[in-house]
Amino acid sequence: MSTLPAVDSLLSSMADQLRAHLDARQISDPAFVGIHTGGVWVADALHAAVAPEAPMGTLDIAFYRDDFEQHGLPQRVRPSELPFGVDDRHIILVDDVLMTGRTIRAALNELFDYGRPASVTLVTLIDVDARQLPIRADILGASLALTEGQRVKLTGPAPLHLTLTDAATN
Amino acid sequence: MSLTPHHLQLNQQGQLRHFLTIEGLSRELLTELLDTADSFLEVGERAVKKVPLLRGKTVCNVFFENSTRTRTTFELAAKRLSADVLNLNISTSSTSKGETLYDTLQNLEAMAADMFVVRHGDSGAAHFIAERVCPDVAVINAGDGNHAHPTQAMLDMLTIRRHRGDFENLSVAIVGDILHSRVARSNMLALKTLGCPDIRVIAPRTLLPEGIDQYGVRVFNDLRVGLRDVDVVIMLRLQKERMQSGLLPSESEFYKLYGLTRETLALAKPDALVMHPGPINRGVEIESEVADGPQSVILKQVTYGIAVRMAVMSMAMTGQTTQRQLNQEAN
Repeated sequence: MSTLPAVDSLLSSMADQLRAHLDARQISDPAFVGIHTGGVWVADALHAAVAPEAPMGTLDIAFYRDDFEQHGLPQRVRPSELPFGVDDRHIILVDDVLMTGRTIRAALNELFDYGRPASVTLVTLIDVDARQLPIRADILGASLALTEGQRVKLTGPAPLHLTLTDAATN
Repeated sequence: MSLTPHHLQLNQQGQLRHFLTIEGLSRELLTELLDTADSFLEVGERAVKKVPLLRGKTVCNVFFENSTRTRTTFELAAKRLSADVLNLNISTSSTSKGETLYDTLQNLEAMAADMFVVRHGDSGAAHFIAERVCPDVAVINAGDGNHAHPTQAMLDMLTIRRHRGDFENLSVAIVGDILHSRVARSNMLALKTLGCPDIRVIAPRTLLPEGIDQYGVRVFNDLRVGLRDVDVVIMLRLQKERMQSGLLPSESEFYKLYGLTRETLALAKPDALVMHPGPINRGVEIESEVADGPQSVILKQVTYGIAVRMAVMSMAMTGQTTQRQLNQEAN
């Protein structure tokens, strides 16, 4: 088992990538949107490092999940809060771990119920190479190869830390 | 009055699967419901006020008793959850209760509905349906006789929580026809469960039910004493048909003694909330200037009602889904 990368160094490399991305696209007024819960922590850190003046929102995608038929609502659903207009806005959508891509699919659907953004840039801390949908991060901290049953989880909000759990040993 | 054993409302994991009464539900569950409603309230402020949660599900509004507001807010709630909605208004005038319910049940079962929202003039009707219809159908009580109106109670609780934060230090007065009010019963239970320390009911003796003490409330016959320093006033609608039954001398007499006017409201705390489940009778239980005044949150209650009903529907559907899976695993 490989050791997990330190979150701080991933964040600083992601911040550099994000700055370069915004420059290349000539985006001067992005808005940050973090997906609850880990994505909000990552978004907070990048927001502070890259564009502290930019507006910042949060999404809880529980009402948009594709597995309501199997699992119903989670016990705790937080209100989504986007304190800015989404129409024509360049959105930096942030999550902690990109796995199947289903969370991002749900987040995009939810985002579009607020309006029609000019663009959406996907930023994730980790990609565990288990995608089931054609969704890929534009800006990525690190890729991890997991073995069957392994899960990686971000704990926080301070300090941010990655932990590996094994379903087989739980 | 214990019409509904609480286990009928919950699945094996303690999740809501029917919503029939506040009775027997825990503070945690009511709080979870309010939290979920808060999240749905935010959906109502978006450009697209709709989430895909109940896509492909069919919700039947089965109303044996007329109601415009309750039915339309349930309909709107179901539509905002992307469910298909069927409205059945069934008159109870010609047939006896048992036959009507039985026939209706068979028809509804045949329509493969996923949820019934039921209003009925007889206490216990929703409970009867929840027991008798196939167990996969979630039953939501939209008012049964004098018994319960749990979604109204929860929208009242959401209104109080959003304007006052919590229930720990509040004095809440419920004023009017307590005897015939399912709203009053459900509100007393909900306030008690959520930890409200001072629940007052204010009514003439003729409009108080026997055994009111069991709810842990303080009873006042004098509005001017009961309203003193309360944080919230919940007015009840005075049903005019009660006049004929001799329980009340006259409308004007009632208004003089129990009407909420600018003068009587001044006895409450200066920022006390004024609530009413609607429809209001101006000049019968509440003065127009109070109903439309700065302390009134009566129209907010309608908005909150949609979010609460979305929360109840999605939670009951969750409870049904989970129970179905538990049943499959057991087989």
